[in-house]
Parts: sequence; C-alpha cells; structure tokens
Amino acid sequence: MTALLEVKDLKVRVEEREILHGLTLTVNPGEVHAIMGPNGSGKSTLSHVIAGKPGYEVTDGQILFRGEDLLEMEPDERAAKGVFLAFQYPVEIPGVTTWNFLHTALNAQRKARGQSQLSSPEFLKKVREVAKSLNIPQDMLKRGVNVGFSGGEKKRNEILQMALFEPAVCILDEMDSGLDIDALRIAADGVNALRSPERAMVVITHYQRLLNYIVPDFVHVMSRGRVVKSGGKDLALELEASGYTQFDDAA
Amino acid sequence: MVAAVKDTADRVRSIDVDQYRYGFETLIESEKSPKGLSEDTVRFISAKKNEPAWMLEWRLEAYRRWLTMTEPTWARVNYPKIDYQDIYYYAAPKPKKTLSSIDEIDPEILKTYEKLGIPLREVAILEGVEPPPGGEPSANRKIAVDAVFDSVSVATTFQKELKAAGVIFMPISEAIREHPELVKQYLGSVVPTSDNYFATLNSAVFSDGSFVYVPPGVRCPMELSTYFRINERNTGQFERTLIIADKGSYVSYLEGCTAPQRDENQLHAAVVELVALDDAEIKYSTVQNWYPGNSEGLGGIYNFVTKRGDCLGNHSKISWTQVETGSAITWKYPSCILRGDNSRGEFYSIAISNGHQQVDSGTKMIHFGKNTSSRIISKGIAAGKSQSTYRGLVTAHRKATGARNYTACDSLLIGDKCGAHTVPYVEAKNSSATFEHEATTSKISEDVLFYCTQRGLSQEESVGLVVNGFVKDVLQQLPMEFAVEAQKLISISLEGSVG
Ligand SMILES: Nc1ncnc2c1ncn2[C@@H]1O[C@H](COP(=O)(O)OP(=O)(O)OP(=O)(O)O)[C@@H](O)[C@H]1O
Ligand SMILES: [Mg+2]
Repeated sequence: MTALLEVKDLKVRVEEREILHGLTLTVNPGEVHAIMGPNGSGKSTLSHVIAGKPGYEVTDGQILFRGEDLLEMEPDERAAKGVFLAFQYPVEIPGVTTWNFLHTALNAQRKARGQSQLSSPEFLKKVREVAKSLNIPQDMLKRGVNVGFSGGEKKRNEILQMALFEPAVCILDEMDSGLDIDALRIAADGVNALRSPERAMVVITHYQRLLNYIVPDFVHVMSRGRVVKSGGKDLALELEASGYTQFDDAA
Repeated sequence: MVAAVKDTADRVRSIDVDQYRYGFETLIESEKSPKGLSEDTVRFISAKKNEPAWMLEWRLEAYRRWLTMTEPTWARVNYPKIDYQDIYYYAAPKPKKTLSSIDEIDPEILKTYEKLGIPLREVAILEGVEPPPGGEPSANRKIAVDAVFDSVSVATTFQKELKAAGVIFMPISEAIREHPELVKQYLGSVVPTSDNYFATLNSAVFSDGSFVYVPPGVRCPMELSTYFRINERNTGQFERTLIIADKGSYVSYLEGCTAPQRDENQLHAAVVELVALDDAEIKYSTVQNWYPGNSEGLGGIYNFVTKRGDCLGNHSKISWTQVETGSAITWKYPSCILRGDNSRGEFYSIAISNGHQQVDSGTKMIHFGKNTSSRIISKGIAAGKSQSTYRGLVTAHRKATGARNYTACDSLLIGDKCGAHTVPYVEAKNSSATFEHEATTSKISEDVLFYCTQRGLSQEESVGLVVNGFVKDVLQQLPMEFAVEAQKLISISLEGSVG
C-alpha cells in the first residue's frame, strides 16, 4: 500500500532561518494523526509547506502524495488532487460572496480533475445541505468571504469548505481555537462525519480536549522543527499532565 | 456571476499575455483630410459634413482660440510631445454610394463590429447574458447602437422605434443639419469652446459623434449606445457627443471604445456634454478599452477626454459610470455641475492600469444649487509598472446650502512596481455643506492569494476574483450587459500581473 502522504526528512528555511530540521511523517488512508507541540515549534509551517504556500525554501527532503512529488505542484494542483488545509487564520475577501467563492473554487477543482461543472442550482443544493449539517446559517453564505465573521464563524467556514470539497487529506490547523464548546462539538462532528477508510486527517492542536471528540490513531509531538515523540492517543493525555518541557532537551 | 467569473478565467487562460483582442485592423478604402491642422483643415471637415455657416464659424473661433493655448502639464502623466501637424484630423470609410439602410454599409465594417461583438443589425441581442451581481435578468431588452468608425458614424440602429417615442438619436453631423436650434442652444453650453486645450481642439475639428434628445416626460425605451472604433493609421479621433434630457425624462447611454494594435501613439480627444433639465435623469456608462500599448510601453492611445454634465434643472440627476482598462494615457474627469436645486451627481469609476499605462482620472462635483448632493466611488487598480492617480474636486458655492458629498477612493496595488495616488481637492464656501472623504490603499496579499489557490483557484483566477470583489460596488452600477463585458475586461487587462 502506498501512503497517502509521506513527509520525509523535510528541511525548510524561511528568510535564511531553518525552521523544520528534518521532519518525517507518514499518513495512510483512513488514519487520523494529531500533531501537538509548543508555540513556534513549526506546526503551521509544516501545514503551509504541504499545501504549497510560497515563501518557504525546502532545502532537503521530500513530500509525496500517493507517491507523487507534491513539491513540484502549484497549490491549486495540490488542492485539486485532494490536499486541504483548514487555516489557523482564515483571510477575508471583501466583495466576494462566500457562496460565489465556494462555487468558483469547487468548479475549478472539478475542472482540474476532469469532472463536470456544477450549475448554480446544483451547487446551491449541495452547499445548503452541507451548511445545514454543520449548523451554519444560510446568510453566512451570502456574506463576503469571512468578512466580519467572528473567530468561530471563520473556523466553521473552514470546516464547511472541507466538507464541500471532500478532500483526501485534511490538515486542520488549530480548528479548535476560538470555538465555544457547542461549536467545537458541531465542528468535530463534521470532521468525524468525513472520516472514511480512504481519507486521512492531520489535526494540529494544543489541547487534548479536541482529541476527545476527534479520536486520533496517532499522536506526534513536535518541538523545534522536529517530531520528537510519536505514540497512540494516550500520548495526548500524558502531555496534558506533564507539558512540553520534557522535550526541550531532545530538540 | 459565477459563470461570468469562470468565463473570465477561461478567457484569461486562452489569451496570451500581451495580446489585445481588439487589435486587428480593417482593410477598407478611406478618405482623409490632408495631414496637419490649419484653418483649411477645419474648413475641409466642415465642408465634408455639409455644415451650415454658423457651425463653421463656431469651429474657426475654437481653432483660433486653440492657437493661443498651451497643452496642460498638471496631470501625473508623461509622454513625448505630440506633433499636432503629424496627425490626420479626418478619415472616413470611402462610401460606395449614399446609404439608405444598414444593409448598404461596407460589409468589411459590419464584419469589424461583429468581431467586436457590437450588433448593428436590429435584433434583440441580449439573450443568454447572465445578469451581473444583483442585476435583473433581461427580458427582451434592446440597445440602439450608433457606431463611429474613425471619424464618421456608420450606422444608427433602431431609428424607427426611437422616433415613435419622440427620441432623437442620430450622428451629431446630421443633428447639426436637422435640429440646428437644439444644437445651437446646447453645443458648448456645458463644455465651452474655450474650456481646455483638448476640448478646444475638439471643438475645431470634431468630425462626428452622437446626438440625443429625449423629450419631456419620456423614458427612453431602450439603452442608447455608441461604439467608437479608431481604425486608420496616424489618425486622431475627435468625437463629440451631446445628450439633452428634457423635463422629467430618462435616458441610459453606453459608450464603448476599441482600436487596432499599432506601434505609434494615436490621439483621442473627445468631448461629451450632458444636459438634464428639471426632474430629468441621465445615466452615462463607459467601457473604455482603447489599445493600451504593448508590454514595453510602445504604442497605445492617448485618451484626453472632457466629459461634463450639467444638472441644469431642479431635481435632475446625472450619473457617470466608467470602466477604464485601455489607453496608454488616460486624462479624463467626467464631472457634474449641480446647478438645479436638489440635483444630484454621481461618479462611479473603475480604473485599471497594467504594463506601462498611466491613468490620471477622477471627477469634479461643482455644487451651485441648494440641497444638491453628490457621490463619488472610485476604484483604482494598478498592476505592472503602471501609475494610477485619482484627481477629484468637490466644491460648494456660497448659495449651495445643504450641499452634501460622499467620496470613497480605494486603490488596490498588484505587485510593487506600480503606484497609486490620490489628489482630492475640497472647497466649501458655506458652512452648511457636509463633505465626507474616505480613502484606502491596499495590496493583494500573499495570504489572500494562497488562501484562494489552496482552494483550487489558479493565481490568475484568484487575482480576478479578488479584483472583482474590490470593484463590485461600481460594477453593480453598470447596465447588466456592460457589467458582464467589464468583468471580462478587468480580468483580461490584469493578466500577467502576478507570478
Ligand atoms: N514568514 C516567516 N518569517 C520568519 N519567521 C517565520 C515565518 N513563518 C514562521 N516563522 C517562524 O517559524 C517558527 C515556527 O512557526 P509556526 O507558525 O510554524 O509555529 P506553530 O507551531 O504553528 O506555532 P503556534 O502553535 O503558535 O501556531 C516560529 O519561530 C516563527 O516565528
Ligand atoms: Mg500555528
């Protein structure tokens, strides 16, 4: 079996400073991986490099997606292949309605995959269903993308997109930050509903609490640009009790 | 909207950077005035048009005045000195015989307009056009078109239907002969022959343009439109448009412009005058896409245009909406003189510059009447090595009590070699005037582009989407079929601006 996502010995620099110092991570279909680690340990950097954000220099290592070299692809090609990143800080796009944005993006992905384009009514039907299942009010779709959304609404909008695009690998960067307890449960239910034997999730979080809702198969601890420890879901409980200081020497 | 955005994106992909899609040339025989400008040139043009003596006098007076004037230099644009003796001031397709219907127009010219997507045949043309954001779907809407090819008007469609409504819509050269009393009364009443260097030049040598008169109480039954096309080499285009909306009438007028791709610069110096009497409303929309020059900055149209509306009557309204994507140099300030009490002026503008384009554009709102109001929404987008300047003037005179203005100028920069500048002048001579001004300058950030590409949009689709969002308020002011065209143009003009 080829892994869905393979990060091999990845070294990444930003503005002359190395941030990831040889990171390895293998994600198979159906698995849920949690990545935990202190502020500044490189979690968002990893997610950005996987998704193809410009400005990062990969000096060594590889990222393979179903055996294909992901680093050779533009971000939109990666998206069409099924790489999805739920952002820690989603941006606002004034004047572009959410539903127009989603429709345009979905059709762009479908086109790249050689699938038919969804007409406005077809799309509306689909997006309404998804929004309903996530308890997202319809008029959020009419507003400018993330414009004036509360922190929680922005996060819910990310989950909505994930559910809509049905990606193969979902990377969730701190989806729990800014969500109240109820919203967290709904969002987590949305994520769980997307779990399938074909799909994998990489859940970046600071809090064990999220992992009560989205139960991971593996937990990795990142510190100073490396994975310093991996284990099962109990590792998260351990961390909750003892904190990250134990890994400082390892880095 | 979505389909339009998609369509835009598809087009962007299908067109090479640097390829202006209207850049073809039509091969037809034409008749030109001798090169250069003199009293003889003015007489030649006037004679070609069979003008009455008063018209010739009017032109000659303007010409003599022009000789005493100097070209303005205050705008933030740079270009080599124009040699006014190296231009042809009149060029007309050689007529095979006198035309009595559209079917007799040179088929080459008809083909040109077909290629441009401008229908000269009298058919309802709007089937299948998707409405713009917020727009109503069109049911059998029609547009009457006046097509100006180089210096002359070649076709005016829907004449009969308009005549039945009492609307006069004809080439101005015809109006001078057929409606001299209206022309005499209003020509030069808004933009006097002495107004400015380019307007004065236009007054001396204008060759054609459109004339519209809407009688009292009439709502013009269709959109009126003029399509300007410069075809001839070394030829200036100096059209003159005069629109009069009589008491309680309404008219919506659209103007589009294109030109072939040429290495030399061509001069376009038009004058547009609008007059709105009591309770009348004129909506004037422009999609300007003159050839902008190539990526090295070679060629392109010099667009020096004077457009002004006179809200002469009480409760009258004039609104200018423009989408400026073309021209090497744009020098253009569509303005409103708010003379009537409670009159209103509006200016909605999208000015896009890319490559080496230079845009200096804006508006003037001159408040004379009581309780007059004006609104200015300007969206400037600069990419490549272009420079874009908004220049605006809002004044309230002593008697203009209760005058109100709202101005919002937003600039969006794409890349770091371009520039956007805002030069607002505000002057209130009475204390009851309220003027509000807001201005922003922003960049399309890496983060926004990454967000869009992460969702599957290409770089160019992403820029197109962000820009369309940025200009949405103004696009909504355009009649729907223009909004769709404008949206496409915007994406096309910005292609190659990222990456
Ligand atoms: N564009 C950049 N320029 C300079 N340094 C950067 C840049 N992006 C990230 N870094 C640095 O890289 C390190 C890792 O940042 P990253 O955002 O990946 O951490 P994180 O693990 O996601 O932290 P948090 O838990 O706070 O979200 C930090 O020290 C950060 O300052
Ligand atoms: Mg982070």
